[in-house]
Amino acid sequence: MHGLINRAIQSFVCATYGRQCWLHATQAAELDFNEFEAMLIYDAEISNRLLDVLCTELKRRKPEFLEDLGTYLVSHPNMEDLRRLLRFGGVTYVEFLHSLDDLSDQVRLAVSDLTLPNLELREQSPAEYLLYCFPGLPGYSSVMTGILRAMADDYGALVILSNEGRQNEADIISITLVESAFAEGRQFELGARKS
Amino acid sequence: MMATEELGTLLDTLCPMFVLVDDAERVGQVGPTLQKLRPDHPMAGRRFLDIFELLRPRSATEFPALLSTSGARLRLRFHDSPQTTFKGLVVPLPGQGVTVINLSFGISVLDAVRDYALTSADFSGTDLAIELLYLVEAKSAAMEASRSLNLRLQGAMLAAEEQAYTDTLTGLKNRRAMDHILGHLISTKSSFALMHLDLDFFKSVNDRLGHAAGDYVLQQAAKIMLQETRSDDTVARVGGDEFVLIFKGMTDRRKLNSIAGRLISQLCLPMKFDGSACGISASVGTALSTQFESPKAQDILHAADLALYAAKRNGRSCHRFYCEMSDTRQSG
Repeated sequence: MHGLINRAIQSFVCATYGRQCWLHATQAAELDFNEFEAMLIYDAEISNRLLDVLCTELKRRKPEFLEDLGTYLVSHPNMEDLRRLLRFGGVTYVEFLHSLDDLSDQVRLAVSDLTLPNLELREQSPAEYLLYCFPGLPGYSSVMTGILRAMADDYGALVILSNEGRQNEADIISITLVESAFAEGRQFELGARKS
Repeated sequence: MMATEELGTLLDTLCPMFVLVDDAERVGQVGPTLQKLRPDHPMAGRRFLDIFELLRPRSATEFPALLSTSGARLRLRFHDSPQTTFKGLVVPLPGQGVTVINLSFGISVLDAVRDYALTSADFSGTDLAIELLYLVEAKSAAMEASRSLNLRLQGAMLAAEEQAYTDTLTGLKNRRAMDHILGHLISTKSSFALMHLDLDFFKSVNDRLGHAAGDYVLQQAAKIMLQETRSDDTVARVGGDEFVLIFKGMTDRRKLNSIAGRLISQLCLPMKFDGSACGISASVGTALSTQFESPKAQDILHAADLALYAAKRNGRSCHRFYCEMSDTRQSG
């Protein structure tokens, strides 16, 4: 599994539960290191073992843990770069939802060996959408749920998300847009990049 | 044929940085994004070349001819600050006395979005500007991650190199490091003295009191050698109880003899390990790089070796210089 994914888990655990918790988990999972390198590839088995250990130790269900990870990826100040990249998806939350179809391609454009599962947005009505998360990365739909929730806050939209189960191997998330301009949302300036 | 107003409306959406220029080189309509760059100075009615400086082609005299050349390419820059640069494409409308010049930021888009607080809505839906901005940010983030990995790898490499050149028991340099330093001194034609030092009675300490005592003695001996030498001298452990000391820039026999004398007398002082006395002493042989016309590492090491054995034959605990003249290759 790509180091960026492992690094995201590490960053989330350290920021949320503390570095001690992270060090403890890497030991319990019998890793012979405690820092993931963002640009190296690791055996998927390592990440799975680590996630299992973390969920057991923290007494969290894995989908909930992963959803919190997704929220962290967008809302934590550590992750401002990633939030900005996602905001390039569109001017409104609905535009952002539509941009998810291209997310895996956009990610590959930036980091050629980072392959994320395909996503497909289906519009039921202007206020109701289904997001199909295709297989490739177990738990991806849980992380996406967290991301969708945090991005709604970011755009100032009010949404209701629910897990609609699985169809032909794809996990389905339903998104109901209650109000697209519910709150102010956070700023996004194209030119705010670090120089 | 379409009226110019209608054309303007169409262009507003298709290419929001267009300019319509008439035969008199005056600006007619301007796309909304282009006008947004100079919100307080309406461009309509002004001379095109009063707003933009022509970078390419260089000569403004060619401008009228360019306006009637379909597909002509321009490089432009605002006269006033911020002096954003533009790429321009010329398309004359035959029979209308009007030319469309469509502008684009090109690579200057990175600065332009910041300077003018542009948003996605300022670019046409098919413009790749947003994708370009996304890529620049995504690539910088990825580059940053790679860079921090490189820095850590470089640190690890230095540590590994350091380790590869260190004798782990004593913390002195090892044979590899000594070879390296010696090679360097020779290739830079530096003068130096090379001392070969051998601990006497070390084997008996090891046999009598065990390896822990032996290790202790080696560590103490290393400490003494570091104390008795300068920080830019080299002290290396090259074998079980054999050491090589290299004194860069020193070929004064009197000084070297007194250093060797101090080393021997310090090493002869009684050491105690776990209450047992570990008596050792040292024999030292020294060769000077100046004793060779074209010094080679092997020859100098061999010469110091010969001097060492001369010292040992002389009854240990003493120091000998290599003597190139003598057949027996020893001298006092």
